[in-house]
Amino acid sequence: MNVIEEAARYALLGAAVCFAVGLHLMKSPATARRGNLLSAWAMAGAVAATLTVIVARGTVTGTGWIVLATGAALGAFTGLRLARRVRMTAVPQLVSLFNAVGGGAAVLLAIGHLLDGDAGVRAALPGGLDIVIGAVTFSGSLIASGKLQGIVPSRPLVFKGARAVTLLCAGSAVAGVLWLSAAPADPAPLLLALGAGLAFGVAVVLPIGGADMPVVISLLNACTGIAVAMAGFVLDEQTLVIAGALVGASGAILTKLMADAMNRSIMSIILGGFGTGDEPVLAG
Amino acid sequence: MNTPMLTAVTVFALALLIGFAVISKVPATLHTPLMSATNAVHGIVLIGAMLVASSADDALGYAIAFAAVAFGAANVVGGYAVSDRMLHMFRAPTRGEEEEAKR
Repeated sequence: MNVIEEAARYALLGAAVCFAVGLHLMKSPATARRGNLLSAWAMAGAVAATLTVIVARGTVTGTGWIVLATGAALGAFTGLRLARRVRMTAVPQLVSLFNAVGGGAAVLLAIGHLLDGDAGVRAALPGGLDIVIGAVTFSGSLIASGKLQGIVPSRPLVFKGARAVTLLCAGSAVAGVLWLSAAPADPAPLLLALGAGLAFGVAVVLPIGGADMPVVISLLNACTGIAVAMAGFVLDEQTLVIAGALVGASGAILTKLMADAMNRSIMSIILGGFGTGDEPVLAG
Repeated sequence: MNTPMLTAVTVFALALLIGFAVISKVPATLHTPLMSATNAVHGIVLIGAMLVASSADDALGYAIAFAAVAFGAANVVGGYAVSDRMLHMFRAPTRGEEEEAKR
């Protein structure tokens, strides 16, 4: 590790500390905005530090730089435009959409890293977990966002045999992760984990009513945090581990607080469609 | 299990505890902004996407890296921007309380 990389590591650690302090400041309305700004600057610093590391390593190809620049520009532009344009009443579905892309990014980077082939066996188990959890939050958050936006019917959708399908998806996801641990660079288990995760996300969120969506989004948000932490294990990048675990834990607490505020239990929300007032509709 | 993995798991466990500790009691009005802010923090996945992009060297690798970087960037920029917009309403605490009462 050379001097530049070492300095970048300290900068990244500083950013991780700022994320924790920023979240702490978010507890009170008086300091909340400052907390968010601190977190945002820390994020900018982390990206700058990573960029420095990449430049110093000099492994990026010409095409790689174009991919990086256009991808970042496209994502940043779209994100900013959506955030500025959205009506305040439509914010929860937008947050869910951002959560979906975050989970999607965690999945993609694990796939990219594992397919690259030079990932060790050590990366296989967290890689599998990253893919499954990230895929669940990706599809689950899209459905949640769709339900709030009215694209997907917001009433609890229950199909005949839905429980069996959900269990099958969960089982396939576990099988995919175990298989992947045995064969890290093999695309087949990778696709199995990905497909099972995506299907599971849809199967779990569809039977949940629109009124419970904020709690579900918060839960999926916490799951994305865990997926990002797993991505940190895959890439051996501690900042991702810290920030991901931070979001996973604080997101879990927040989910509990939101459910309590609505006088609902998290379990009854996830198991779906019971006691919401809007009875499940048999749609299949 | 080797040392780097053990270190990473230790860091993970401690970060979980910090995550539990920083959020304990939050007023209900801050639930959605806080959800949005934690959503922005997991946009840190962007730096992971950048690292994967930095080692990509074939068409599939580039395609995956492009999507990952775009997704990550949207998460970070959009997440912080929308959180800030929400929190803008809390800038003056008295005014924030009035708005809350109106709702």
